[in-house]
Amino acid sequence: MRARERGAKVIHVDPRFGRTGASSDLHVPIRAGTDIALFGGLIRHVLETESYFKEYVLHYTNASTIVNERYADTEDLGGVFSGYDPGTRTYDPSSWMYEGGEVASAAGEREHSTQAFDENTGAGMLEGPVPRDETLQHPRCVLQILRRHYARYTPEMVSRICGVPEALFHEIARAIVANSGRERTTALCYAVGWTPHTAGVQMIRAGAILQLLLGNIGRPGGGIMAMRGHATIQGSSDIPTLYELLPGYLHMPRAREEELTLADYISSGGADRGWWSNFDKYVVSLLKAWFGDAATPDNDFGFGHLPKITGNHAHFPTMMRAVDGGLDGMFVMGQNPAVGSPNGGLMRRALRGMRWLVVRDFKEVETATFWRDAPEIRSGEVRPEDVETEVFLMPAATHVEKEGSFTQTQRMVQWRDRALAPPGDARSELWFMHHLMHRVMARYAGSTDPKDWPIVNLHWPYTPQGPECEPLADDVLREINGYDVATGEPVPGFDELRADGSTACGCWIYSGIYAGGENHARRRDPGDLDAEGGWVSPDWGWAWPANRRILYNRASADPQGRPWSERKKYVWWDAEQGRWTGYDVPDFPVDKPPGYRAPEDGGKGMDAISGDEPFIMMGDGRAWLFSPSGLLDGPLPTHYEPVESPFGNVLYPQIGSNPAAIHWDRPDNPVNATGDPRWPCVLTTFRLTEHHTPGGMSRGLPWLNELQPEMFAEIDPELAAARGIEDGGWLVVSTERGEIEARAIVTDRMRPLRVGGRVVHQVALPWHWGYTGLSTGDSANDLLHVSADPNVNIETTKALTCDVRAGRRPSPATSRVTHAPRGRAAVDREHPAEGPTSGSSEAGP
Amino acid sequence: MTTRAAPGEISVRRDGAERMGFFTDTSVCIGYKACEVACKQWNDLPSDGGELRPGGSYDHTGALGAATWRHVRFVEMVEPRPLPLDDIAPVDVAAAVADMDRWIFMSDVCKHCTNAGCMDACPTGALIRTEFETVVLQADVCNGCGYCIPACPFGVVDRDPVDGRAAKCTLCYDRLRDGMEPACAKACPTDSIQFGVYEDLVEVAQRRVAALQDRGVQGAYLYGAGDGDDDQLAGGLGAFFLLTEPPERFGLPAHADSPIQENVVPATLAAVAAGLAAAAGVAAAFRIARPARGVGRLTLLAAAAGAAEIAGDVMHRRRR
Amino acid sequence: MSRPGWFDVLRRLPVAGRVADWGMGGHAVSRATREAGARVAGLDATESVCPYCAVGCAQLVYTRDGELVDIEGHPRSPVSQGALCPKGSASRQLIQQPGRLTKVLHRRPHATEWEELELETAMDMIAERVVEARERGWQTHDERGRRVDRTLGFAHLGGATLDNEENYLIRKAFTAMGAVQIENQARI
Repeated sequence: MRARERGAKVIHVDPRFGRTGASSDLHVPIRAGTDIALFGGLIRHVLETESYFKEYVLHYTNASTIVNERYADTEDLGGVFSGYDPGTRTYDPSSWMYEGGEVASAAGEREHSTQAFDENTGAGMLEGPVPRDETLQHPRCVLQILRRHYARYTPEMVSRICGVPEALFHEIARAIVANSGRERTTALCYAVGWTPHTAGVQMIRAGAILQLLLGNIGRPGGGIMAMRGHATIQGSSDIPTLYELLPGYLHMPRAREEELTLADYISSGGADRGWWSNFDKYVVSLLKAWFGDAATPDNDFGFGHLPKITGNHAHFPTMMRAVDGGLDGMFVMGQNPAVGSPNGGLMRRALRGMRWLVVRDFKEVETATFWRDAPEIRSGEVRPEDVETEVFLMPAATHVEKEGSFTQTQRMVQWRDRALAPPGDARSELWFMHHLMHRVMARYAGSTDPKDWPIVNLHWPYTPQGPECEPLADDVLREINGYDVATGEPVPGFDELRADGSTACGCWIYSGIYAGGENHARRRDPGDLDAEGGWVSPDWGWAWPANRRILYNRASADPQGRPWSERKKYVWWDAEQGRWTGYDVPDFPVDKPPGYRAPEDGGKGMDAISGDEPFIMMGDGRAWLFSPSGLLDGPLPTHYEPVESPFGNVLYPQIGSNPAAIHWDRPDNPVNATGDPRWPCVLTTFRLTEHHTPGGMSRGLPWLNELQPEMFAEIDPELAAARGIEDGGWLVVSTERGEIEARAIVTDRMRPLRVGGRVVHQVALPWHWGYTGLSTGDSANDLLHVSADPNVNIETTKALTCDVRAGRRPSPATSRVTHAPRGRAAVDREHPAEGPTSGSSEAGP
Repeated sequence: MTTRAAPGEISVRRDGAERMGFFTDTSVCIGYKACEVACKQWNDLPSDGGELRPGGSYDHTGALGAATWRHVRFVEMVEPRPLPLDDIAPVDVAAAVADMDRWIFMSDVCKHCTNAGCMDACPTGALIRTEFETVVLQADVCNGCGYCIPACPFGVVDRDPVDGRAAKCTLCYDRLRDGMEPACAKACPTDSIQFGVYEDLVEVAQRRVAALQDRGVQGAYLYGAGDGDDDQLAGGLGAFFLLTEPPERFGLPAHADSPIQENVVPATLAAVAAGLAAAAGVAAAFRIARPARGVGRLTLLAAAAGAAEIAGDVMHRRRR
Repeated sequence: MSRPGWFDVLRRLPVAGRVADWGMGGHAVSRATREAGARVAGLDATESVCPYCAVGCAQLVYTRDGELVDIEGHPRSPVSQGALCPKGSASRQLIQQPGRLTKVLHRRPHATEWEELELETAMDMIAERVVEARERGWQTHDERGRRVDRTLGFAHLGGATLDNEENYLIRKAFTAMGAVQIENQARI
């Protein structure tokens, strides 16, 4: 709102006209799940009208790079890229490489489905120099490939797919082009309605391509901002509890036929060129932090003892394993899958399939009370007496009752001091893990079994303090920062990390947060916000990496190192000092001049990055309009229909939804067929500012409940009239998974869209409710099925199909299929589902 | 500075205190409701709702009340637009852009009137005018008679169902005493609620109206400020609003005079009061530090509660 | 300075009370009003961060003798400049909410009710179960004969409101135990 008051034009694209729409200059209604078509249209517009930022695109992106001649586009192959195997529904990406590029060395290991953070480094991509055509005319250069790929995404096509009228499309196109370039920038913000799709990663990629063409990355006022919904959701993937990642986006080791050594791991994850050439330093320092003195060069620093992944071990396959009886127990800390994950009935069935469950939360949440309050219990389909699961519900400390740090959505880490003691037996997760691990380590003390080596040799130096015997989070942060093994002194940053075992570091990208023995996340000096560049506030908290507030900020200067304009000045080359300088910490080797050129043979390490190549994490120093590696569902975003859609794919009638998406075809996870007349409406879920996720932190608060007291569904008046639904009355929403009831909000803010000559109605459901708490209501997630994006395994929650009718559901039952006796679900007891039934799992040679 | 307290009013004052108020600018309200919660949090007010209100848009609180001293009203004025006949029919972009301001939010609050009907009606002196010229209801004095409730032309004052006393916004009198900004204004992320010295706020608001009109928002006007002494709205509102629609859209009256002010009685009472003022000087001698100033006004001085003067820089601090 | 009790009674009478006040001057202003002040005045504030979304608005947490008194926005934050959303504004109620757990609740297999457990007892029982699950689910090689050194016996799912330091210990401890099914809200 403040940006708008200063003259920025705010455009809101959303199926719903919500409060954001009301506070914008233009609201563009769109059919849920069709964003790539809209962006494809904008990319086409920018290319066809030659309104891209030519100097930026030519120097800072791979627009001029020439791609392998084996590459074939979706436009050539009717909706799939070259390398597609319809049997496994996976891609062999080798034909997407740059001309002359080596096939990624890790290709033979391509067998688990979520590895977006791996191999995006350009590992083994090229030996020699990168082939380019600086005139951008070569038919196989990236810019020409883009032109052809998006040629059919005309305004008329955008209108047919998205339901966005052409005039509104032109208005968006006009606004973003007018507000990009040397003098102005455009930012894309999304409130995670963009990611939970089977093409979620490609939706963000589509936004990134547009932003790169317009020169809006690495510059102030540009970028792509995720308005994420959790206090440290960024931190949770930086220091991940995600199955395929170790801290700092190092990948989990993957099993293979031969013994996997540290050297193998480094060669598969590191890169010859660019910043990832430092990979070995980061992994060795991590192993030193975990195994201390026991980690030596002779034993590969204990690397061989790390567990190996073999397929997809993400949340959904794990829950499917539990349904099928393959999981003994689970820790759920501050999470609520019983109502927070799609296909809630299936999730609760998984909980019933476990022997034990530990839930840690502030209050009773649905995941802890599923055996008592769940819809299938209320309906009598399941009796509590028949639920075997042993449940521990542990009281947790809140954010003011413990010290620790959150990383907000722009990578800024902010420390919280402890303000008061937790009540009764409530404790932090830090306390829980410390005291649990103490017991486990005592149990294994003295064991010589190799499988127990990591426990016996675990470096666990934390000293409990105070009446609750709480370990100090500050000590943990020091370990995350890293230290000199000999002296124990914190290292000043990741530049000082070594691969010889002389340094230890828990998460290399956070290294520097404790530089000089000071907790920089605790800094609280905003500086002078009105001073020139003062709004960067470098002394408030600490941003990874190296306290940089804008990544790739070398791109805020032109190839010669001068600001693109005075107005958008941010980081620039100071020729007198021979250094990069500016308002932020330069994201570039500070003394590498703009005129530096990589050696003729391409060079090694950071030497391979020229002085005018800002994207140092990529092997070629350029931002990738076209992704030659790293993605599992294509090098370019392409419009695919959602898995559930009332419409076929008008661009690729043979294909429909993302051909590499992950599906779990099980009787307890049925999918609404495309075009099935029983499910004529589009279903989308959303959040309210008054509530939080499925309500664990909000539906126990009377002050919030009174603001949004009941589960509801928003529908347009035309649909309401057709179904006899009254504003404020009850309605039932149904899918193949079941039915829920909600109060109807009938409003002109919801608009029917005209798509491909047909009128389509959208039904919008908040997903904050569940069966436990002060305010209860049916859970929107009970209506959803489980399918996922192949790159990161994110679920599908924003674009499905459904129907609505007036009235209330007949019984408390919400699920049609998920509570039948276990035998109904086809189960391979020998091989409980480790991976999905289709998609990229176990697809390796 | 002299107080504007009307004859017959009971008030406290401190040297250096100025009239403080709220300027609520609906043109930047995003319907966040942070103000509602921040108010309840600071004043420890209970939740007093729990049901979806059909037709209420996203407003399930409904109205100001004894436990709701800030209330965000949602006005949906989105017009149904016919679907284009075919996919490529032209769409009126200007109309689409104009649609953007068709869901309007307004954070309502006690108006802290210059001529406060509730004060006129209060028989116990529970309602007083403070040194900030805000109108505060002293719960420990209120006897629950409820006379103030119909006397408020805005329907602000309400009776607490539990203890029977009247209750309403204090403009965070307790926070003001310590130089803190009221909780609602502090929480507001867009500065739709601005707090400050009344005269300054009026100036800011007038500039804002002009700016909006320059931008083509012809309907922007101030409700309850800037009309001069003969203001039809209770002599002017200490908490006034910038609106872009007729007041009735927000449940606000176009005119607001206290029923009692139209009576001759208050004038008589005022005269009596003025006469008593002299006596008060004597009678109050045992407990009041300084004599009242101001002719014809009954000005009662607060015992200098809290040694600290309200530091101007804290009080007038703007967040940005 | 105290006023006789009968006076307060008189003051509460309609009209008479008002008249009595006129005569008596400032005593219409009650003691509570005279002494009014912000309840946080003079208290120490702890600098904190809102636990809800990822914007990272800064909070000030006021306590008196170890009791939580108030949570409001931190005016110096360059992110939020003192503002909070409705959830952030309500965060004191998150801590003091009705139904806040203070004891471990345990549900035995097939039981229909919770039972309370001592914290240390619960920790012992959980440690026993996780060790047993680790052993039962241990794989040195997978079905294709590849070296895996892991357990599939237990899993973890964390919320994205756990602190970075907590996630670090979870990752470190469970990886050392050989668990691979370690997941977080950050994916889903």
